[in-house]
Amino acid sequence: MSLHGYLTLGALVFAIGLFGVVTRRNAVGMLLGIELMLNAVNINLVAFSRFHADLGGIVFSLFTIAITVAEVALGLAIVIVIFRVRKTIEADRLDLLRG
Amino acid sequence: MSLPLAVLALPFVSFVLLAVVPPLRRAGRVAGGVSIAATAVAFVCALATWQGHLEGEQLVPWIPGDAGPMATVGLLVDPITNAMLVLVTLVSLLIQIYSLAYLSDEPSPALGRYYTYQSLFAFSMLGLVLSPTFLQMFIFWELVGLCSYLLIGFWYQRPAAARAAVKAFWITKLGDLGFVTGIVMLWAATGTFEFSTLFRMGAAGQLPAESLGLILFLIYLGAVGKSAQFPLHVWLPDAMEGPTPVSALIHAATMVTAGVFMVTRAQPLFALVPDLVWLIGTVGAFTALLAASMACVEHDIKRVLAYSTVSQLGYMMAAAGAGAADAGFFHLLTHGVFKALLFLAAGSVIHAVGTNDMFRMGRLWHGLPHTGIVFIVGTLALAGVWPLAGFFSKESILAAVWGAGRTGTFAVLALTAFLTAFYMFRAVFLTFFGHAHAGGHPHEAPWPMRGPLWILAILTLVLGLAFLASPPPAVEAHHGPGWLGPFSLGLAAAGLALAWAMYQQRAIAPASFSRVLAPIDFAARRRYGIDALYLGLYKGLILGFSKLIGLIDRYLVDGLVNVFSALSLRSGDRLRRIQSGQVHDYVYGVAFGVLLVVVFAHWWAR
Repeated sequence: MSLHGYLTLGALVFAIGLFGVVTRRNAVGMLLGIELMLNAVNINLVAFSRFHADLGGIVFSLFTIAITVAEVALGLAIVIVIFRVRKTIEADRLDLLRG
Repeated sequence: MSLPLAVLALPFVSFVLLAVVPPLRRAGRVAGGVSIAATAVAFVCALATWQGHLEGEQLVPWIPGDAGPMATVGLLVDPITNAMLVLVTLVSLLIQIYSLAYLSDEPSPALGRYYTYQSLFAFSMLGLVLSPTFLQMFIFWELVGLCSYLLIGFWYQRPAAARAAVKAFWITKLGDLGFVTGIVMLWAATGTFEFSTLFRMGAAGQLPAESLGLILFLIYLGAVGKSAQFPLHVWLPDAMEGPTPVSALIHAATMVTAGVFMVTRAQPLFALVPDLVWLIGTVGAFTALLAASMACVEHDIKRVLAYSTVSQLGYMMAAAGAGAADAGFFHLLTHGVFKALLFLAAGSVIHAVGTNDMFRMGRLWHGLPHTGIVFIVGTLALAGVWPLAGFFSKESILAAVWGAGRTGTFAVLALTAFLTAFYMFRAVFLTFFGHAHAGGHPHEAPWPMRGPLWILAILTLVLGLAFLASPPPAVEAHHGPGWLGPFSLGLAAAGLALAWAMYQQRAIAPASFSRVLAPIDFAARRRYGIDALYLGLYKGLILGFSKLIGLIDRYLVDGLVNVFSALSLRSGDRLRRIQSGQVHDYVYGVAFGVLLVVVFAHWWAR
């Protein structure tokens, strides 16, 4: 498989993730979409690392995975707190920041 | 030079003591004692300086410069300084003693404040006459202006007094603006402030001929303001709002004499510009006549004296305009003595009857014989009756003007002399003779007030007799034609006779006169509209300008600010709607932004 194939896969996964974030009303679903987008980035990093023979990309993707885990943990915690307070996690009902 | 320095330092020490030791100042009469003692010693020192002919000049560098000092300070003692030192200290001393009784009803702190100002005033005036440079003279000149402001506004609780003080300050400041500009221009042209150097350069023809006229005219403006020359004379009658001893001080020995003194001091410079000398003389003569005519219709005894001061200052300036500043200065000295006398006597009258209006006085001769005698002595001197001091100085001015061939000025001054006699005797007849108006029995003032009156009255007499025995240089220098003495006496007698006929015998009704001279009477009663003119100018120009500025501020400046604030408010309101609070809208925004960056990177940033 060539680099283009991996990059196309990455772009596809990113687009699916973005689509999920935009269309989902459920906050957990949106978090899942974000996960997909981050993993698309990871695919790109690993692919470039492999084809350029540079380990930096793989190391960087490990960092990304670690940070993603932390982010999801934080995101889910926020979602739970929101649910406790508002009794809902529908994103279009959460508009406290409206100007 | 230690004696003149002591004359200068003593009032200053007294001022500093009273100013920085509040308990001393609050003690009132004690403060007066300190001030009087300092002035008395200064007077003795001044007498010693005068008798010892301690003349000379001492300069010390003040502002250092690359080529010698830029400015110097010091002392200059010459005959005119000596005469002024004696006059200023003498009159200040007598007035301070007089004030002790005149202001005895004042609370102690106010009395202390009064004597603090008095000391500062004496110091400022002495510093002015001792100045060897224009710069130092200007500094003391401004101090004198400040002191007159403080003393005219001594009863600052009275709105009229506060206004008069501010008016005096601002009107003289108008002239001072010219003075300081002239001094600076003179320095720029010559590089020195010193009189002696300037006189030397003038004699050697090293002064810039083309700009000298303008420079000296500006300097002369300072004298116009200080010495109440037309058209800046309006502050002097209003200055009557101050306590009477203050009026006496301002009119006799300090403040108004500063302008005449400066013109006398700088006479060698003024002589270089004949056109300006002509102007000084013409303005002086005009002021003399104008003020005399206003004095003739005035009801307030102090204002009559005030206008007579303006008139006599005009006389002095007219003498300077005839190239005889020495005659003018001589008149300044004699006038200082008898005008202090007249004011203090008027103060005694006011003290006794409690009003300034002459038409509500009358027959005070019986209650106030001392005051009456000294007032008449002063009046005779002011009218120029032989052999009192005023006769000699007035005649030397008339002789100098006649000798200079200025017939027009001479005629104006002669008419003024007649009017002077008329309005002064009008005051005498209305106040001391005629019909009694005042209720109660007016009593003679206590001795601290009577003493200075008698000293000044005797001095007026003795000076005249002394001049008769040994004519002073100013009289020697200006011999008029033989008919001049009888002529000026005749003018005084005519004025006296007219006043007697109108106000004592009532043979001629004053009303018939004012009918004949209706336009002049009308104008003089309204002070020739000069005050109204200033008021109109003030209202028209300054208030109009302020209103214009106000409109610009309200509509242009504020308008711009309001437009900007409305703009940002409205745009903020619009932009607020973008912030929907919906996470999805933000995500669309981010995605769209990323897309834009990608497109930009792809198409434009190749």
